[in-house]
Amino acid sequence: MYQFSGKLKILSLALIIVGALGIGFSFMSAPSTIEEAKEMIAAHSSHGNTHGDDHAITTNNHEEHHDAAHEEHVFHQLQNKPWSALYVSLIFFLGISLLALAFYAAQRVAQSGWSVVLFRVMEAITANLVPTSIIMLLVILSASLFHYNHLFSWMAEGTFDPTSEKYDAIVDGKSWWMNTTGWTIRGIIYLVLWNAYRFFIRKNSIAEDTANDGNKTYKKNYHASVIFLVIFMLTESMMSWDWIMGLDPHWFSTLFGWYVLASLLVSALTVIAFVTIYLRSKGALPSVNDSHIHDLAKFMFGFSVFWTYLWFSQFMLIWYADIPEETTYFVARFNEYKLPFLSMVVMNFVFPILLLINSDFKSIPWFVVMGGIVILAGHYVDFFVMIMPATVGDQWSFGIPELSSLLFFLGIFIYTVFSAFAKANPIPKGNPFLKESEHFHYFNIEHRGENSDNHHH
Amino acid sequence: MGSSKVIHAFYNDDEVLLDAVKTVKAAHHHIEEVFCPFPVHGLDKAMGLAPTRIAITAFMYGITGLSVAIWMTNYMMIQDWPQDIGGKPSFSWFENMPAFVPIMFELTVFFAAHLMVITFYMRSKIWPFRKAENPDPRTTDDHFLMEIPVHNNEEELTALLAKTGAVEINVVEKH
Repeated sequence: MYQFSGKLKILSLALIIVGALGIGFSFMSAPSTIEEAKEMIAAHSSHGNTHGDDHAITTNNHEEHHDAAHEEHVFHQLQNKPWSALYVSLIFFLGISLLALAFYAAQRVAQSGWSVVLFRVMEAITANLVPTSIIMLLVILSASLFHYNHLFSWMAEGTFDPTSEKYDAIVDGKSWWMNTTGWTIRGIIYLVLWNAYRFFIRKNSIAEDTANDGNKTYKKNYHASVIFLVIFMLTESMMSWDWIMGLDPHWFSTLFGWYVLASLLVSALTVIAFVTIYLRSKGALPSVNDSHIHDLAKFMFGFSVFWTYLWFSQFMLIWYADIPEETTYFVARFNEYKLPFLSMVVMNFVFPILLLINSDFKSIPWFVVMGGIVILAGHYVDFFVMIMPATVGDQWSFGIPELSSLLFFLGIFIYTVFSAFAKANPIPKGNPFLKESEHFHYFNIEHRGENSDNHHH
Repeated sequence: MGSSKVIHAFYNDDEVLLDAVKTVKAAHHHIEEVFCPFPVHGLDKAMGLAPTRIAITAFMYGITGLSVAIWMTNYMMIQDWPQDIGGKPSFSWFENMPAFVPIMFELTVFFAAHLMVITFYMRSKIWPFRKAENPDPRTTDDHFLMEIPVHNNEEELTALLAKTGAVEINVVEKH
C-alpha cells in the first residue's frame, strides 16, 4: 500500500501557504478607490509607451465624459484582477478533477479492460473535486449573493431594469436563463450532482474490492456511471455557459460546451498520466506497464487534435460569417491577447503533434511528461484567454496573483490526491476485468524494464 | 530450378500460431511465409520481418496532398477566378487561409489513405486479375498456415511442428 510521504505532504502544505499568502497580497494590493487605480495606471504606463498609446487611441474616439467612465471601467478591471486570477486556476483545477471523474465513469460504462489498474489513480484525482467545489461554491456566492466581485458584468445593478442607465436589452432578452437567482441555484446543483456521484462511486469502488457478491456491486457502479454520464453531459455544457461564456454576456457560441470539454479532457488525461508515472516510479503501481502509459499518451495526442478541431471550428465559422456580435470575442483576443492566444494554439496542437506522433515516444515516460507539461501550460493559457478578456481586459498580466493562485490549487491538488490514493488498495481487486488490465499489452512498442512474458495468455 | 519441398503446418488459433512461430524461430528454421485469414498482431515481429515503412510513405503522401490542396485552392479561388470569400475580398491566399483549412485537411487524408492502400497492394503484389497464391483455401476461412522450406530435415521439422499444436502437417512439392 502506498504511503503519502512526509516530504510530499510538506511540499503541498508549503504550496498552499505560499499560494494563500500571494492571493492575500494580491487582494490587498488591488485598488479600493478610483484614485488608487489612476495612480497604478500612471505608474504602469510610464513603463511602456505602447500601453499608453493604446489608451490614447481608445479614449480619443469618444466624447469627453468618457474619460471618467473609462477610469471607472479600468478601476473595476483592476479590482477584478485577483478574483480573475483565482477564478482561472479554480476553473482549471476543478475542471480537471471533473473530467477525470467523467473519464473514469466512461471507463466503467464502456467496461473497458485496459484501464482497470488505473482506476485508483483516477479516483484519487477526483478527490480534488471536493475542495475545489467548496471554493467554487464560495466564489459563486460571493459573485451573485454578496457582490464581492464583478467578474460577471451582467450581475451589476440595473442590467435588467429598463429605466436604468445601465439597462442591457440583449442580456434582458435572455433573462429567462441569465438571472442571478437561476445562475446561483444551477451552480450549486452542478456541484452537488458531481460530488454526489464521486462520493457514491468512490465508496462503492472500494466496496467492490471485498464484495465477492457475483459482481452485484460492480453492476450497481456501472448503472450509477451511466446515469452520471448523462447528467455530466448536460451539466458540463451548462457549466461552461454559466461560468465561462457568461463572462461575455452578449457573445455566444453553440459549441462552447464542447470546446471547454475538450480542453479539460486533454488536461485531465495528462494529469492522469502524470500521477500514474509518478506513482509508478515510486513502485506504488506494480501492475501498470508501458502499454498503459502508451494508451494514456494516445489519448493525450488524440484529444489535443480534437481540441484543435473545436478551436478551429469555432474560429472559422465566426471568421467566415463576420457578424460583429460574434467577432467581438476574437477581436478582443487578437488585439489584447495576441501572444497568449496564438502561442496557446502552438502549445496545444503543434507541440503535442510533433512530440507524441511517434508510437515509440508515447511509452517513454520523460517524453510523455515533457509533452504533458506543454499541454497543461497551454490549456491553462486557454482558460486564461477564455476568462481574462471579459474580466480585466487589457489590464492582464501574469504575476503574483496568477502564479500564487496556481500554486495554491496545486498544493491542494497534491494533498488531496495523494492522501486519497494512500487510503485505498492501489489495485481494484474486485473488478472482473482486472486480469485483462494486468495483461494488457500493446504489441507494437518496446517494453522497457519489465518482464516480456506477461504477454497474451 | 527444379521443385523444392516445403512443409505446410496448419493452426486454428492465432495465439497458438504466434507461439509456434516463436518456437520455430528459436530452433533456427527459416519461415518462408505465414498465411492468415486476418492480421495477427505481433506476427511480423515474431517472424523477424523488417519493420514496415508504410508510415513513412503515409507521411509523404499526406504532405503531397497538403501541397496539392494549397496549390489547388490558390489556383481556383485566387488566380484563375478570384473570389470574394466570406465578404472579405482580399484576393490573397494567406488572408483567406481559414476557409481553405478543411480542404487542406481533407486532401491530406485523402492522399495519405488512398495512396497508402495502393502502395500496400502493389507491395503485396495484389492487383486485379492476379491469381491467389495461398496454398490452401482454408487460410481464407478459419485456418492459419505456416510454410517452412525443407532441407533434408523433414522428420525433425515435423516432430517440432507437431509439438507446437499444429492441427495438420503436410509435406508438399512447391513449383
